[in-house]
Parts: sequence; C-alpha cells; structure tokens
Amino acid sequence: MLSIENITHSIDAWLNSLFNPTVVLLVESLIVGLCVISLFAVLGLVLVLMERKVSAYMQIRLGPNRVGPGGSLQTVADTLKLAMKEGLTPDGADKFLFNLAPFVVIVVAMMILAPVAFAKGLQIWDLNIGVLYITAVSSLSVIGILMAGWASNNKYSLLGAMRSGAQIVSYELSAGISVISIVVLTGSLRIQDIIASQQDGWWLFKGHIPALLSFVIFIIAVTAETNRAPFDLAEAESELTAGFHTEYSGMKFALFFLAEYVNIFIVCAIAATLYLGGWMPLHIGHWAGFNRVMDYIPSSLWFMGKTFFLIFVIMWFRWTFPRLRIDQLLNLEWKYLLPISMVNLLLMTLIAIEGWYF
Amino acid sequence: MIQEVGTTEQGELVINLGPQHPSTHGVLHLVITLSGETIKKVEPHLGYIHRSIEKMCESLSYRQFIYVTSRMDYLSSHINNHGCALCVEKGMQIEVPARAKVIRVLMDELTRLASHQLWWGAMAMDVGALTPFFHAFREREAINDIMEETCGARLTMNYMVPGGVMADLHPDFPKKVKEFIRFFRTKIDEYDELVTGNVIFKSRMEGIGYLSAESAVSFGCTGPTARGSGVSCDIRKLYPYEVYGQLQFEEVTATGGDCFARYMVRMQEMRQSLSIIEQLIDNIPEGEFQAKTKAVLKLPKGEFYSRVETARGEFGVYIISEGGTTPYRIKFRSPGFSNLSALDHMARGYKIGDLVAIMGTLDLVIPDIDR
Repeated sequence: MLSIENITHSIDAWLNSLFNPTVVLLVESLIVGLCVISLFAVLGLVLVLMERKVSAYMQIRLGPNRVGPGGSLQTVADTLKLAMKEGLTPDGADKFLFNLAPFVVIVVAMMILAPVAFAKGLQIWDLNIGVLYITAVSSLSVIGILMAGWASNNKYSLLGAMRSGAQIVSYELSAGISVISIVVLTGSLRIQDIIASQQDGWWLFKGHIPALLSFVIFIIAVTAETNRAPFDLAEAESELTAGFHTEYSGMKFALFFLAEYVNIFIVCAIAATLYLGGWMPLHIGHWAGFNRVMDYIPSSLWFMGKTFFLIFVIMWFRWTFPRLRIDQLLNLEWKYLLPISMVNLLLMTLIAIEGWYF
Repeated sequence: MIQEVGTTEQGELVINLGPQHPSTHGVLHLVITLSGETIKKVEPHLGYIHRSIEKMCESLSYRQFIYVTSRMDYLSSHINNHGCALCVEKGMQIEVPARAKVIRVLMDELTRLASHQLWWGAMAMDVGALTPFFHAFREREAINDIMEETCGARLTMNYMVPGGVMADLHPDFPKKVKEFIRFFRTKIDEYDELVTGNVIFKSRMEGIGYLSAESAVSFGCTGPTARGSGVSCDIRKLYPYEVYGQLQFEEVTATGGDCFARYMVRMQEMRQSLSIIEQLIDNIPEGEFQAKTKAVLKLPKGEFYSRVETARGEFGVYIISEGGTTPYRIKFRSPGFSNLSALDHMARGYKIGDLVAIMGTLDLVIPDIDR
C-alpha cells in the first residue's frame, strides 16, 4: 500500500547509516523546515487560486484563465508582482513593529503546523499535548494583527486591529471548548491518539448530536478566528477599506495574505482531524469488505480531501453571507455560542462517562 | 455652537471616509466623528465632482442642454432627460404624440429597473455579501442591451428630446422586453431568496438608520428614502405625467422608516415597474414618435418647472427664460442631495458598519449630488 510513512522511515534509516544521531536530528530539522516553507508556498498558491475559482463560479464568472493552463499560474504571477513591489512604510509608523508584524503572523501560522498529521506517519512533531498546543499557539496571531494595526499610524488599521483583537479573543473560547469536547471523548490530547480513536467511525457520527453541535460551533468559531467572511470585520472592505493591513504593500502584504490562507488550511485540518478522523479512511462498523476498499485510498488523500472539503465550505460562507456588525458578532459569541458550547460540553462528558458513543 | 475644525472632545476619533473609499460609490467625502465604533457626527463634504452643469446649461440651447443632464444621475439618465424635455415642452406648449409618450414611460421604467438592480447589488456589497453584485449585473446587462438597440447608448442615453423621442423603437424591442420580463421575474425571486431572507442581512438592516416621516419631510427626502418612512411622494401618482395616469400600479410605501423598509420599498418597486412595462408593451400606439418642432427652440419669457420621479426620488427642472434660445437660469432639484442631507440625522448613534448600510439604502449617486 502506498504510504508516506515508508518514505519517511527509509529517509531516517538512510541518514542514520551515514551520520551520528545529533547530525541526523539537525539534518532532519532542516529538511522539515524546508518542507514547511515549501508547503506554505504551495498552499498559498493553491488556496488563493481555489478561492478565486470558487468565487468566480459562484459569481457567474470564469475566474483567472489566462496565465498557464486554466489560469493555474495566476497566483505565481501575482506573487512575482508583489515580490517586485516596493514595501512602503508610512510616515509616522513605528518602523520596527510595522515590519515585524507580518513575520509574527506568519511564524505563528508555521508553528501551528507542527502537530498536524498530514497522513499516516507524516507528522512533524507528535507532542503529547498536541491539541492544547494548537489552541495556545493559534491565539498568538492576534498579537501580530494588533501590532500591525497599532504601528501603521492609520485610523482604519487601528479600528480593524481592535475589532480583530476583540473577535479572536472571544471566539477562541468556543473553539477551545469544542476541541475539549472531543478530548473528553478520546481522553488524550495527542493528535495520533485522537485519530486512532476514530478507527471504526468518525467522531462526527459516533458522538451523537453533541458532536455534531460542537462541530458546527467549531467551524463558526474558527471562521471568525481566521477573520473570514461573514466575520471579516477586521478587514471589512466596505467599511475599513482593508482593516489592519491597509498600509501594507509588496511582500509584507503578501505575508499577511499567505498567513490568512494557511490559517484557513490549518483550522480546517484540525477540524478534519478532530471530527472527521484526520487521515483515517471512512470505516463503517463491521463492513469488512467496504473498510478494506476504503483502506486502499492513500491516507494523505483522505486527509487532503476532508480538509479541502471544509476549506470549500468556508469559502462558500464567504461568497454567500453578508458581514455581521461588531456588536452582533460579539453577541453571537457571548450570548449564544459560548453558553451552548458549555452545555454541550457537559452533555458530551455525560456521554463519555456513560460510554454511550458507538 | 460651532466647533473649530479638527477639534474633538476627549476620546473621540475623526476619520475621513472617502473621497476614495470602496463604499461611498464615488467621490463622496464623509468626515465622521467616532467614539469607539459609535458615530457621533457625519459631515458630508461635497464638490469633488462638481462640473457646474447648471451654469453650463445657460450657454447651451434647449436641445443641447438635455445631453448634459445624462451626466448627472447617470443611472437614471432617461428620466433626467425626460424631466428636461417635459419642461421645455411645457414652455413651448408642444403636444407630444401618443406613441412617444408610451415609449418614454417604457424607457423610464426600464431605467428604474436597471438602477434598482445596480442598487441591490451595491447594497448587498455594502453589508459584505459580494456575490449579489454580479447577479445584479447579469440582469442589468439584459436591459442595457435592449437600450443599446433602440437608443444607441448604454449609460448616457440622450434619447428623449423636446417633442418626443429621438428615434423610433427597434423592431425587436417588444420581443426582447417580453423575454426580459419573463427572465427577470424568476431572478427577482432569487434576489429575495439570496439576500432578503438572510438572517444576517435582516439583522443588519432592521431597526437601523431610523428616519421618521416628519424628518423625512423636513429634510426634503423623496423617492424610496421617504416612502420607506411612510411619506407618500411618488410624482408618478401625485402629479401624473405622460401616461402614468392611465396605468394600474401602486405607490409602494412602508412604515418602518429603517433600512429594511427602504430596502423592501425598492424591491417592491421593481415588481411594480415590471407590471407597468407589461401593461404597456403590447399597447404601444402607432404613429409619430416625435412632434414637429421648429429648428430653433425659443421658450417664451417666464419661469417653467417640471418634475419627474427618478429611481432616487423627485427630479425637478426649473427654467427661467428671457425669451432667448438659451435658458437664462437653470436649476435642477436632484433627489440625491436632499437624501444625503438626512444622513447625519440617520446615522448618529449607530456603528460604522451601519453607516455603510444606511448609505447603501439612500442609493447615492455622487454626480447627481454635486452636479
């Protein structure tokens, strides 16, 4: 069976036969770093193109179709254009923070990638508090956004950053509680354990209505956390022109843009891991034949398929819904999502204790 | 008390919305005083696209000045032309042939539809939904194609002239319009499904930007803006011109006074316009499309006023003539200017996001305000 696990193992064995363990660790870290950076680049290119194509078909347009076959190289051309542009720093801006902000945002996005399991055996760092690590690190990105808004010396940026701060801090809560409700079921914070517990069915189906509810809340909350429509108040084009990144140009803008798309990928990957079994193929109870057929589909394909389906759903939101207002946004979180997810967590705990899940 | 420019109280923030801003739909400049996100004061600054059209008209003949008025409210160019032609006809006492009257009303209503379609798309875009804009443009394109066949233009029509219309209808016109009506009747239901019933959209519109009937009258608001507050002000009903008196249609009013009421008024007006077109399209009388007029028009000494209902409200044309070939003085009463004056009153105490929604429901066209 085609598996990336074998490839990584053979690379490890090969390196070990050549060098001593310390050098191997260094070389492997370097390889992983390069992989993450190139994954970033590829994800950015693919997701931006996907967004443009999805929006185009929803808006009765064709989307980019001139550069490369079917417009596939459009984002490459755009990136080249952005790379060649001048990175302006506005007068009166805090130069150090202004230039630092995009890197904070992008580094945070890179860090969250560490515990995500892309396929069977393809995971950068399987740490035992994986889920906690993800929720902790993902809340750091708000610092970068606040930095960008504050340092820009622009009132639109400031308003956008303040909105974003309020939004991310609030929506983290219900996202976190949704994650905990799965942790309650699995009894482990390790990503591999969570995936392994979905061997004979995904939590979305096994956990009855509370799992479904927490899945919906999680998707809403992470859409808000990544500043995507209908919660894109931080950049609210028709109100604040571009919100916190109004003053950014060239590659610094591109980094914000890239971080946004990578963040979407990450949150969808986490949702797929927690609720849809990550790289685990679709298994139904005792249908041995069916399960075996499903096992023939490579695990990386399962993971990517689930993740990209969720990404499509989030893009679908963006191109359908109007934007909420800031007070409605906070009302939604504090008056509806948070109480519901708390009650839901209690229900989930009851289910876990009584062992009512399948 | 007049406050010195640029001074603010403690904790207030002044931001300039425009003149280059995605949601002012043109070069409107709003100076907003904010406390947090809450609006304390909105001050529109005008003049960025002032072309002094009224002064220009004084040196143009009565046939020529109509062309300039297409450039005011470019989304209702037919109706602007119509108002000016009516005023000149009133002064010259020209009897317009029956066919021309019907053609004018048909064109007016198609223009109203096209304008409301564009407004619908832009309105949805203002509250953050980008897709409806493209759907609206698909339907508007059909109207533009119909217009292009008959008038030769897609935006600045210049089709109405004193005495009738410039050219006869294209032979395909009735067929195409009927096709369009059939097509658009299904699409307008889609508009309702996509936007009107949306929970987020409703929560963004209901109870926002309240304008009472009294304030609507005192600010001089007209059109859907005033009708959303329950003020009956449809010129087509109150002072019928052309064949509007013989048609079956309703003046749409709503009592809410909020953004959603104004939104619903425009949505209903689209259906009313469709029904007006349906009534007329099979009954276009035969005959002349333009009355016989002299080569050089001269209005008798005196003052003349005519008013029409554009997609945004009452458009008035006031001509003072000294008996020459050009007007002595011309004044246009444009609906956008009066509607904009109510913005400050409507937006105070709401959030920035609401301001954008309120501006959307006012349906501002900046060249119409600045002239």
